[in-house]
Amino acid sequence: MTWTWFHRLASPPYLYRTAGRLIAWFAWPAAILIVAGLIGGLWLAPPDYQQGDAYRIIYVHAPSAWLSLMMYGVMGIAGGIGLIWRIKAAHALAASAAPIGASFALVTLVTGSLWGKPMWGTYWAWDPRLTSELFLLLLYLGYMGLRAAFEDLQRADRASAVLAVVGLVDVPIVHYSVVWWNSLHQGALVFIGRKAMPPSMLIPLMVMFLGFTLYSVAVLLMRLRAEVLNRERTARWVREEVGA
Amino acid sequence: MSEVSAWSAALPAAVPERRAAPSALAVARLMLERDLRLAFRKASQLIQPLAFFVIVTTLFPLAVTPSLPELRRIAPGVVWAAALLSSLLALEFLFRDDAQDGTLEQFALSGRALTGLLVAKTAAHWLLTGLPLALMAPIAGAALGVPQAAMPGILASVGLGTVTLSLIGAVGAALTMGLRRSGALLSLLTLPLVIPVLIFGARATQLAIKGESYSAPLLLLAALAVLATTLAPLAATAAVHINLE
Repeated sequence: MTWTWFHRLASPPYLYRTAGRLIAWFAWPAAILIVAGLIGGLWLAPPDYQQGDAYRIIYVHAPSAWLSLMMYGVMGIAGGIGLIWRIKAAHALAASAAPIGASFALVTLVTGSLWGKPMWGTYWAWDPRLTSELFLLLLYLGYMGLRAAFEDLQRADRASAVLAVVGLVDVPIVHYSVVWWNSLHQGALVFIGRKAMPPSMLIPLMVMFLGFTLYSVAVLLMRLRAEVLNRERTARWVREEVGA
Repeated sequence: MSEVSAWSAALPAAVPERRAAPSALAVARLMLERDLRLAFRKASQLIQPLAFFVIVTTLFPLAVTPSLPELRRIAPGVVWAAALLSSLLALEFLFRDDAQDGTLEQFALSGRALTGLLVAKTAAHWLLTGLPLALMAPIAGAALGVPQAAMPGILASVGLGTVTLSLIGAVGAALTMGLRRSGALLSLLTLPLVIPVLIFGARATQLAIKGESYSAPLLLLAALAVLATTLAPLAATAAVHINLE
């Protein structure tokens, strides 16, 4: 197996064009899956016997939570690759992933607290999952803050990559310590994800998971293109590309 | 000026043989001695985190209630939040001066493993902030109505927890050492990473106050300290190299 396809991705013009070609392959299936998942989740799935219609927020909440974690993984691994092999394209990918992950973390927190109001009677509970999601958002903000604080792009890339890798090691520790912290205080709250779901509820959820994942890959590619253009703004190929 | 002389003054005494390169351990000891000596010459930097710790713990009786049973209930949280913030306050100076006057660059160019030097610097930082905080915490605890029997628990948990705080904080300090006004950013980087220390430290303190066995959270604090000792200096070294490039 040859790795030339992988090495070529390190070349900005090639990466820019490849990403551009790939977007449609992710964006259209994502749009179809999300529409299908929303129809399945919001209309076709029956209301929950305990939670009524309020549970339906899970069709947005759970995929967002998954992607907020996955984007951190993308950011940390891409940052590590950029750090070790000094690949600028990997740093560009890490930089593009951070705002997406942060947005998903925010969506997770907002939808979670909207669901919490009718279910728990409060917008915010010190539930372990909520709390560790909040710390995830803060880690994203720290990463983006560190990146913004440097004027030199290379230094910003490499310093923020160190932070992302440290975070990658630390995120599981933070998560489990928060889980232990709370389990010492109060019993576990009822989570609908734990119980077996009937297929009429589960299939739309799986469709939404897949749709959200494809959607975020498409957005990641778009951001990556913008990031590459911005980094290479003085290069000749960019001028030819944008026709200026 | 005094900083340069402190470094050079320490050299001949500990390196009698000029030809033979000193061992890594000897270099680390020199570094530790130098940092401690410098810190004692700028005593205000040494006292400020401790004074800050006292002020923060004083805020709670004034803001919440002067009743001791109430304070005893919130004492673990108060002591630990104050210790966390105080150790964070001192972090900004960890690499700042050495980075600004070029000393750190000389260390990086010295051909010595930078990791060892950074471990020594971090150890000095712990001796100068973590250890005094650990000694101060039982006193603050006593003011919050914590019983005598809980003092060893508070001392041990703050002493162990601040090891991890210094090590992870060193990574944050190394990442932000070249930046101006890095205080808020340093907190944003470091605090989410050290949440486990806060959780287990406050838990150990709480159990100690209740008179129960606190060995489980203390062991977890020790595990975190071991993990941080293994990994954090490598990340700090990478960060210093990036900022010196």
